[in-house]
Amino acid sequence: MSSTLLDLTLVFGQLSLLAFGGANSVVPEMQRQVTELHGWLTPHEFAALYALAQAAPGPNMMVVSLVGWRVAGVAGALTTTLAVAIPASILTLLVSGAWFTFRDKPWRKAVQVGLMPVTTGLLMASAGLLLESTVLDWRLGVLAVVATAVFQFTKLHPLLVLGAAAVLGAIGVVG
Amino acid sequence: MTQSPPSLLSLFTGFFTVGMFGFGGVGPWARRLVVEQKKWMTAAEFTDLLGLCQFLPGGNVMNLTIALGSRFQGIPGAVAAFLGLMTMPVVVVIGLGAIYDQYADFPPVRRAVVALAAAAAAFVLANAIKVAMPLRGKPLGIAVAVITFVAIALLRLPLAIAMPVLAALSIALLWRFQR
Repeated sequence: MSSTLLDLTLVFGQLSLLAFGGANSVVPEMQRQVTELHGWLTPHEFAALYALAQAAPGPNMMVVSLVGWRVAGVAGALTTTLAVAIPASILTLLVSGAWFTFRDKPWRKAVQVGLMPVTTGLLMASAGLLLESTVLDWRLGVLAVVATAVFQFTKLHPLLVLGAAAVLGAIGVVG
Repeated sequence: MTQSPPSLLSLFTGFFTVGMFGFGGVGPWARRLVVEQKKWMTAAEFTDLLGLCQFLPGGNVMNLTIALGSRFQGIPGAVAAFLGLMTMPVVVVIGLGAIYDQYADFPPVRRAVVALAAAAAAFVLANAIKVAMPLRGKPLGIAVAVITFVAIALLRLPLAIAMPVLAALSIALLWRFQR
């Protein structure tokens, strides 16, 4: 295994076990690892890959495969996808049999209640970092504010809103 | 009532459709498949299993393929459901990446992705706001969220160090003061 694939395995394997509350809560750490620590991408490139991944079907962690692909081709994509999946999967296999014995225990509830504000802070950090590297001028700022309001207050399918933003960019209104 | 346990092939093909059509989140599609279409589980069983998958680290629906697949067909079932979920999305996302690489120098494509990226960031913000809503009127929870934001977004602390500390602090504080 090349050293890049090994690095990808270590980075994404670690993220797997830190992803409490789902994949989006480890976006800041993913960005820190692939931009600051390993220098594989710039923050702006990372944000662009994140956006492309949002336009794909599937779980909201497809950015993982895309980063792997950008860094080390198809082998990289398979490496990061499996690295992010396997540790959490093994934990799930080990714990799922015992779930009924501890799901109603007070400590289980306490852990869940305690993790929730941490997850919230992590999601806010994800949003802040992605906005920082994507809102490059005031027009993109207006787009981000309007899009946030639409996501928040309407029931439009998210993909419609993302598609509309891409069209506005393609015809030169923003971007 | 639930039917007989699904085969490896139907676990794969079932989650294949979830992965293929699950735009903007696969959770609702997984529920539709498991509870409504195939009746592999009752709604209550599904909600309970999803509760486990949300409790554990990792992608929620990814964990669900493992927990559900292994419940019916052991580890081969977990692998079949997982591969079903992930195969198409991985192929599609690499295809999108390749197309983007090909046309990144073409200004309309470049601008479209710049705008898409800002909108995708807004989607994460809207989601974060939704998740934060239950913290209203809970100063301790808000304080933990703010500390987490500062530690991760501003101080850029490694998550492997910050997460255990913040989690332990938050669980202890909320257990002690907010029951």
